[in-house]
Amino acid sequence: MATKNMYTFFLRRLHSITGVLPIGAFLAEHFFTNSFAMFGPEVYNSKVEFFMGLPYILMIEIALIWIPILFHGVYGFYIIYTGDASAFRYRFARNWMYVLQRVTGIIAFLFICYHVYATRISGLVTGQHVSFELVQRSLQNPAILAFYILGIVSASYHLGNGLFGFFITWGITIGEKTQKVASVFCVLVSAGLTVFGLAALSYFV
Amino acid sequence: MGDKNIRLKIKRQENAASEPYWEEFVVPYTPGHNIISVLMEIQRNPVNSKGDKTTPVVWECNCLEEICGACTMLINGQVRQACSALVDTIGTDITLEPMSKFPTVRDLHVDRQAMFEALKKVTAWIPIDGTYDMGEGPRMAPKDQEEGYRLAKCMTCGCCMEACPQFNSHSTFLGPSPIAQVRLFNLHPTGAMHRRDRLETLMGEGGIAQCGNAQNCVRMCPKEVPITKTLAELNKDVNRYGILGLLKK
Repeated sequence: MATKNMYTFFLRRLHSITGVLPIGAFLAEHFFTNSFAMFGPEVYNSKVEFFMGLPYILMIEIALIWIPILFHGVYGFYIIYTGDASAFRYRFARNWMYVLQRVTGIIAFLFICYHVYATRISGLVTGQHVSFELVQRSLQNPAILAFYILGIVSASYHLGNGLFGFFITWGITIGEKTQKVASVFCVLVSAGLTVFGLAALSYFV
Repeated sequence: MGDKNIRLKIKRQENAASEPYWEEFVVPYTPGHNIISVLMEIQRNPVNSKGDKTTPVVWECNCLEEICGACTMLINGQVRQACSALVDTIGTDITLEPMSKFPTVRDLHVDRQAMFEALKKVTAWIPIDGTYDMGEGPRMAPKDQEEGYRLAKCMTCGCCMEACPQFNSHSTFLGPSPIAQVRLFNLHPTGAMHRRDRLETLMGEGGIAQCGNAQNCVRMCPKEVPITKTLAELNKDVNRYGILGLLKK
């Protein structure tokens, strides 16, 4: 029995973990850090300086943010491919959430690609890293602002609903009642993160 | 009431290789019809709604009391058993299609072999045959018997498979029901002797990790098998066996 191909199993489990740690944790931290913008440009820029001045910052970013997101996103596309949306035929709330999880995953991934390019990679190339003024200027474009709002809402939903699956995948929520409680909790997480993220965004507009 | 009719739109197919087509039938309404008895009316008088003589519609059925699963098909787009679908409840405009996730044999008759292959893959039985009498098995706690009974109600009808977004032609997923059956046989004290083999199969290609938590399976199961609860329980077992097992290597 040792010849069974368990590769999918471990990749799926890794996909489940990376969604929460580090990606989920980073999303919450990211919204929090950006909320420093409420104290004005100087405070925000000093926080950016602090993070950019951390030792091994590029290595930390690559290992804890870039690689996990890239893996979670690319493997996520493969997972989407293996499924078949059936929400119009079987109109159950969970089935809609299954479809939305995939839709928001695609949106969030595309947004993150743009966001990382615009606020990080372009800075690495030009040597001038992100600042309050730079973010504020780009958000004056209504299309970019709309993309940010969509990205924040998608990522927040994807993490909240992803937690519901995470709890099942790891055998934490087993019974029907427990899963019902978990689904309420996960909706609250999604809603909370959406408000949190949009509030952080609002200080730049 | 005499001129009330039952209108049927049926997705038909000559054989496994041919293209499907739609044919409409009109059957005079009488109280108490179910889908099987309506199909029997068509069999008795195979004339379509245009008045043309046609071949009788092929379907499968057996028990007629929602216990065997043979007559599972899509009725008004939803997967269920034809025998327990009463015309007086669902109305007189009826669309019938074969299940889409299994190969069609003819008309509403599909080949559900994939489910039985999946059951074979997960060792959904208790191997007790030996060269000598193995004696009585150990006793089983009534609570475990109760849980097992709920899982044993599965009639392999295919409703969960049809409704599952992860069970399809471009995925290797074994499907909700065969995976849930692992719990039934692992729960049994004698069956538990092959527990590791079953869990390893669930860790393999097409195994439990490919569940997408859409939970249509449990909603569509006519026998109220607690599929999602069982899969969550098996997730725990598989993680403990597979991931903690790595530490023992």
